[in-house]
Amino acid sequence: MPWIDACATDDIDQEDLIRFDHAGATYAIYHGVDGQFYATAGMCTHEHVHLCDGLVMDFTIECPKHNGQFDYRTGEAKRAPVCVNLKTFPVRVEGSRVLVEVA
Amino acid sequence: MGKRDYSPFGADAKRAVDSGLTAAEWYHTDVPRKVMKDLMARSDGPAIRDTILLYGLMLAFAAGGIATWGSLWTIPFWLAYGVLYGSASDSRWHECGHGTAFRTPWMNNAVYQISSFMIMRNPATWRWSHARHHSETYLVGRDPEIAVMRPTEMGKILLNFFGILDVLNFFPTLVRNALAGPTPEERTFVPESDWSKVRRAAQVHLAIYLGTGAIAVATGSILPLMVIGLPRIYGAWHHVMTGLLQHGGLADNVIDHRLNSRTVYMNPISRFIYWNMNYHVEHHMFPMVPYHALPRLHAAIKDDLPAPNTSIAAGFAEMWPALKRQMRYEDFFVKRDLPPTAKPYREDFHHYVPGMMPANPAE
Repeated sequence: MPWIDACATDDIDQEDLIRFDHAGATYAIYHGVDGQFYATAGMCTHEHVHLCDGLVMDFTIECPKHNGQFDYRTGEAKRAPVCVNLKTFPVRVEGSRVLVEVA
Repeated sequence: MGKRDYSPFGADAKRAVDSGLTAAEWYHTDVPRKVMKDLMARSDGPAIRDTILLYGLMLAFAAGGIATWGSLWTIPFWLAYGVLYGSASDSRWHECGHGTAFRTPWMNNAVYQISSFMIMRNPATWRWSHARHHSETYLVGRDPEIAVMRPTEMGKILLNFFGILDVLNFFPTLVRNALAGPTPEERTFVPESDWSKVRRAAQVHLAIYLGTGAIAVATGSILPLMVIGLPRIYGAWHHVMTGLLQHGGLADNVIDHRLNSRTVYMNPISRFIYWNMNYHVEHHMFPMVPYHALPRLHAAIKDDLPAPNTSIAAGFAEMWPALKRQMRYEDFFVKRDLPPTAKPYREDFHHYVPGMMPANPAE
C-alpha cells in the first residue's frame, strides 16, 4: 500500500487535526498531545460528518455533530452515539513531512 | 405540502429518506478553526459552580417548603423549587447529554442521570432521540423531538405548561419500558445494543416513584410528592416557555438552522435556568460548543444570523401568531430577514424535496 505525503508537520497544531483528501477518500491527520502523528478515516462512523471540525482532547477526537468520541490512536469508539470503531492508518514522519499509508 | 405525517413509519419520514433530505449537509457559518477550537474548549469550572448553586438552591427551597408546610408561606418556596426541578432539569439533561457541560465525563453522566429522572425522560432513550433531533432537526417524521406539530393544537401547548400531557405520556411508557424495553417507535432510533439500558433505567425510575408514592400513602401527606414527581407539573412552565421558542412557528423540512431555530435574548435568571440555550441557532449549528461559551459564539457569528428576538416577550410576539396561523395553514412559517452581512438562505434547501415546500410558504 502506498505512502502518501499528506502534509507538513507544522500544518497541524499539537492536540489538533486536519482533513486530508486523497483519491476520493477523506482522512483525518492528528498531531497528538504526545507529539506523535496519527491518521484515521475522516468521517464519523455514526453519521456522514467530517471529524476535522471536531475537538481533540488528549487522545480523543469528538465528532462535531453528536459528540461521539474515538481514541484516534486505535480508532476505538468511546462514547455513544458512535458504536463502530474508526479505521486507522499507519503514519510516519520524514523530515518535516507527514506520510500516511492509505488503504 | 399540506397535511403532515409525523409518524416515523409514515409517508413523510419515507420521503425524507428517499429524497436524500436526511443525508443532506446543513448550512454552517464559517468560523476560523482557531476560534472554534477556543469556543469548543471544555472546562469543569462553570458547570461545577452552576451545579452547586442549583442543587444548593433546591435543597434550601425544599427545606423552606417543608418547614412552612401547612401555611401560605410555603407557596413561594415550592414555586421556586418547582422551577428548578421541573425546568432547570431540562437544560441540565440537555447539556450533559451532549457531554459539553463539564470536561470530566463522570460529572456529565451524573448530572445527566439525575436530570433525566427529574424531567421524566428515560436517559437511555432520550440520548438517542436527541442525537436524531440534531441530525434531522424538524424534518417531519424523522425528528422525534418536534415540540409543536402542525396543525397546532393550542390545547396541548397550554396543558403542557403544566406538564400534563408529558406526565400522562411518561408513566405508561415508563411501565412499558420497565417491562419490555423500548417501544416500537423508540426502536427506530435507539440501537439494539442500548435496549437493555432503556429497560434498566425505567425500572430504577419506576422504583423511586413507587417508593415515593408509598411514603406519601403511609404518611397520609402529599409532601413527599411535592419533593419528587409533582414539581415536573407545577414547575414545568419555564422550560415549556423557553422550549417553545426554540423552533416554534419556524420552518420545517429545511437544512439551514437559521430557518428553523430561534435565538432570543433573555434575562439572567432565565439564562441560568435554561443554561444559555436561548442561543439556539448557535447551539444547533455548533452543538459542541459548551453552554458557557455560547454568548461568545453568538458574538462571533451573529452577522450571519437573523437578528435575535430581544426578549422572551418579543419571541412570543413573533411565534404565537405564527402558531395560531398554523392551526389553519400548516405550511405557514415565519421567515426572518437576514442582515446584509449574512450569506443568503440557500433557497434550494427549501425545495430540496420536490413537493415538500410550497413555492412561497412565508407570508
